[in-house]
Amino acid sequence: MTTKIERLSALLGEHFGERAKSIVIDRGEVTLEVAADDYRSAAIELRDRAEFAFEQLVDVSGVDYSAWANREWTRERYAASTHLLSIANNWRLRLRAFAPDDGFPVLDSLCDVWPSANWFEREVFDLFGIMFSGHPDLRRILTDYGFVGHPFRKDFPVSGYVEMRYDPEQRRVVYQPVTIEPRENTPRVVREANYGDVGHG
Amino acid sequence: MAEIRNYTINFGPQHPAAHGVLRLVLELSGEVVERADPHIGLLHRGTEKLAETRTWVQSVPYMDRLDYVSMMCNEHAYCLAIERLIGVEVPERGQYIRVMFDEITRILNHLLAIGTHALDIGAMTMVLYTFREREDLMDAYEAVSGARMHAAYYRPGGVYRDLPDQMPQYEASKWKNAETVRQLNENRQGSLLDFLEDFTNRFPKYCDDYETLLTDNRIWKQRTVGIGVVTPEQAKAWGFTGAMLRGSGVAWDLRKKQPYEVYDRLDFDIPVGKEGDCYDRYLVRMEEMRQSNRIIKQCIDWLRKNPGPVITGNHKVAPPSREAMKSNMEELIHHFKLFSEGMHVPEGEVYAAIEHPKGEFGVYAVSDGANKPYRLKLRSPGFAHLAAMDAMAKGHLLADVVAIIGTMDIVFGDVDR
Repeated sequence: MTTKIERLSALLGEHFGERAKSIVIDRGEVTLEVAADDYRSAAIELRDRAEFAFEQLVDVSGVDYSAWANREWTRERYAASTHLLSIANNWRLRLRAFAPDDGFPVLDSLCDVWPSANWFEREVFDLFGIMFSGHPDLRRILTDYGFVGHPFRKDFPVSGYVEMRYDPEQRRVVYQPVTIEPRENTPRVVREANYGDVGHG
Repeated sequence: MAEIRNYTINFGPQHPAAHGVLRLVLELSGEVVERADPHIGLLHRGTEKLAETRTWVQSVPYMDRLDYVSMMCNEHAYCLAIERLIGVEVPERGQYIRVMFDEITRILNHLLAIGTHALDIGAMTMVLYTFREREDLMDAYEAVSGARMHAAYYRPGGVYRDLPDQMPQYEASKWKNAETVRQLNENRQGSLLDFLEDFTNRFPKYCDDYETLLTDNRIWKQRTVGIGVVTPEQAKAWGFTGAMLRGSGVAWDLRKKQPYEVYDRLDFDIPVGKEGDCYDRYLVRMEEMRQSNRIIKQCIDWLRKNPGPVITGNHKVAPPSREAMKSNMEELIHHFKLFSEGMHVPEGEVYAAIEHPKGEFGVYAVSDGANKPYRLKLRSPGFAHLAAMDAMAKGHLLADVVAIIGTMDIVFGDVDR
């Protein structure tokens, strides 16, 4: 298995050369990072070239890195991690691109490369507010009709901003500011690397 | 001449054939579907966001509630992701127990899928029979974890505890007299493995019964043959996995192609369809149940012969035994740290996928080294399948939409997360 992954990463290095910002092998998985401008062209090549043959887009996941390790994050905040699968070659690849502008993050849409990207990108847009240019139907998908904000951003509170209740006087459902207090039972702790040496009991 | 207009109707969210809370906006021309626009998210609970605010172990029970008809498989993918991030090994017996319960879960899921699919398109009786068998398997869930559905039985590093030596038994009450109870308890005299062995011996006969009810049933064939045809190319492009992909003739199963746990040591076959229609996918699911039955038998044999630990002895990941905790200072500290701060997962990211009964269920876990996930993305098979609803339903009759929803095996806990 290991040799296979090394072969894939060597192929990627050979083909993408300068365009690959990084190729990382970690825990048996290969991650290829490209610039936002190369995101779509890289995807097309990964699909069409027989040596890669990634026929399936399995998943698109947004990540908001702004609270990474409780430290200040110095580069772009939003990234899309796309998981590709090749049935012909039986290998997987994670393709990542950071969206350049934190205020208005935009990436190219992969909808016409793999149709399955459609809903995954709608989800990333809904939850993280990353725009996908060229997407045919970029509507919200999981949140409520008329929802405001992007709930999976790190600065969005878990309890949200509004809650819904039935108002017997107006005899309809109304929105109001949340009444519950945010609480954290277990604080988030980041220790030094290899704290407690978890991997070795 | 009368003006002909397209008709837009709302299907669901409260509709018995919508398998939960699916709202479909259908544009019809007469009775033919021109466009289907599924509106989802009515069951969105933000599991991924909630997991970011809990320690790694605290999120295990959330996984049960994703796809609430194949509970343990969801836990499995989540635990696999954590184990790969940490690099911890699961004891062999733990792996066999996991595989056995994965296959029990697969049967549970397919029984519900086929039963309700048949119910939706007119075969009332199926669901009564399939739920009878589900009852036995849920008793196995209950015996091992105490819960009939939301088990929280898999833990990072193994499973919570070993299989019980005794099956719980029925007691006489004012609804069940002594004779009924005696009959019900007949196969519950031994251990859980005896009970399951009895089930695996009975189950092929049940499968034959289902086939008698459906496989050559004229109405069933009229409703499913040639409906929702998906070519192999389309199935790949739409991100189909599991029975939806195999129904179109692509022999792709993660248990064979990218084996996890002990699947590479077990003997089983992968059924594939030919036409890619609803009928073929039904046949694939039927055969998968028989294969799961085979796998369970092999696991039972192995588990009988090989006692051993079921969860890792690494007490940075799994808690020590109660006895050790009460007699040993170091174990007490481990216990306290695990249940207050939780384990620390080293920085990194991992995508762990398993062959879930519905397709490929993946967990993309990103850790920044904290005691909680930094980001957890759950890749659910139903989401990708439902996304192709528009393309699959186009040109079909309104009544076929129900058949297509049924064949996709949609569960909303899984689609909406």
